Amino acid sequence: MSRRSAFVIQFSVTLLACAFLLVPAILSILAGVTVNYFQGIVASGVTLKWVGQVWELYSDTIWRSMGIAFGCLIITAIIGIPAAYGLNRFPGRISRIVEEFVSLPLSIPGLALALALLQLYGTIKGFRLSSWFILVGHVLYTMPFMIRSVLAVFSTIDLQSLEEGAASLGASSWQRFKDIALPNAWPGILAGALTVVTLSIGEFNLTWMLHTPLTKTLPVGLADSYASMRLEIASAYTLVFFVMIVPLLAAMLWASNKAQSIGKPS
Amino acid sequence: MFIFFCFLPLIVFSLAFLALPLVRLFSASVEGELGWSIYGEILSNPRYMQSLLDTVLVSLAVTIAALLVATTAALFLTHNRFRGRSLLIASLTFPLAFPGVVIGFLMILLGGRQGLVNNISSNVFDTRLVFAYSMVGLFFGYLYFSIPRVLLTVMATAEKLDPALVEAARSLGAAPLQVLRDVTLPGLAPALIASGAIAFATAMGAFGTAFTLATDIDVLPMVIYTEFTLSANIAMACALSVLLGLVTWVLLMFARSLTGTSIAASG
Repeated sequence: MSRRSAFVIQFSVTLLACAFLLVPAILSILAGVTVNYFQGIVASGVTLKWVGQVWELYSDTIWRSMGIAFGCLIITAIIGIPAAYGLNRFPGRISRIVEEFVSLPLSIPGLALALALLQLYGTIKGFRLSSWFILVGHVLYTMPFMIRSVLAVFSTIDLQSLEEGAASLGASSWQRFKDIALPNAWPGILAGALTVVTLSIGEFNLTWMLHTPLTKTLPVGLADSYASMRLEIASAYTLVFFVMIVPLLAAMLWASNKAQSIGKPS
Repeated sequence: MFIFFCFLPLIVFSLAFLALPLVRLFSASVEGELGWSIYGEILSNPRYMQSLLDTVLVSLAVTIAALLVATTAALFLTHNRFRGRSLLIASLTFPLAFPGVVIGFLMILLGGRQGLVNNISSNVFDTRLVFAYSMVGLFFGYLYFSIPRVLLTVMATAEKLDPALVEAARSLGAAPLQVLRDVTLPGLAPALIASGAIAFATAMGAFGTAFTLATDIDVLPMVIYTEFTLSANIAMACALSVLLGLVTWVLLMFARSLTGTSIAASG
């Protein structure tokens, strides 16, 4: 095989993969603004009617998803950032076990985790029926991303010398954490925060088991519309989801790249 | 002392919402009528074993396909600079955060009864081509969300490979396939193992796609869901969850021990 034909094969596979990912997404976007999908967009025309209907039917799920994502961000930050700091300070056997343990939700399927939460807390009705139950699931699932993201930045900077300098000038543990560790960890915190919010808004596996008819999130509402609504409404709803998730994802990838380039010559 | 307070919130949260629920999940699995023999029942029941086998097979097929496609694209995008390259990268990574339900819906638009493929084949070749509501649809759905993950991991590694090695192999007269086999792929091996393991584990545990496509696709997560909701067979749902969780966890640990890097499945 010549270099030329190798190039052609690689190029075609890449384009085919792009088409495979893009075409269904474009179909869905078009269907969401088409008056009648079965007649086609050209014959029946373009409309925002379906997006309007989605807003009427499902705006509560959008607000709830945003609220849960925000809550998830706050809690993972409060729990995860100090924990990452601690893991960085004591990189021993126990720290590895702790990190390994809190990372379990990455390798155990969401369905199993949700079932576990239901078995233990399902009977506490006030908790089970509220959005807090879903929030707990989301925190469980996104926590490892926050911890790893912050820990990755801590491990590239020489925090120890900075802290020793500050300590010799009389800074307390809390001051060193607040004034040295936190500002230095900022790129990792930002990347972790965007990852947490993006994953929380898109989470389905756990949420489907944890939700109630009164606590539907955006992806749960999507599943609901796919099963019971006309195709145009389901597509318009998907379009709303794309508009929310794609910018977040782009920001997340940008922030992760930036955080990873710390300590490397640019 | 201060460090203790750093860990305290994490320890409290993980004990309450991770450790205890998992222990409860396991104890609930052996509290049914069958007791401990429920695990024997799983192994001897052809329906559960068939679904486990189907889940493993479709996940394996997806992993192999995703590795082939995404590695080819990743190498192409790493080795060539051209206008529109970043656009190609963007269109290969944007589904990264799509939940399984959305991907199921996209597969219906592509291969469903009113899907694009069926429209074209009915009009042009006068044959119906509907593949969305079966294992084939599930395969394409899982491929859809595996390609971006594998691509990003492999590209990150491919960019760090020393181009001088490839040049050296070429100047010694190696053909493109030989360079690929003897230089590039060995260099990529850790990334291939890591991303392959993620793709496999994600496919094993994925639920949303099968849920949207059809209720009679008997992959293990769907079986767990129906045992729990329709049959109210809580003990069996818990036992199958324990089994599924153990399989994916052991697999990711194994992949990790091969590569030495941390691996995360998500979705």
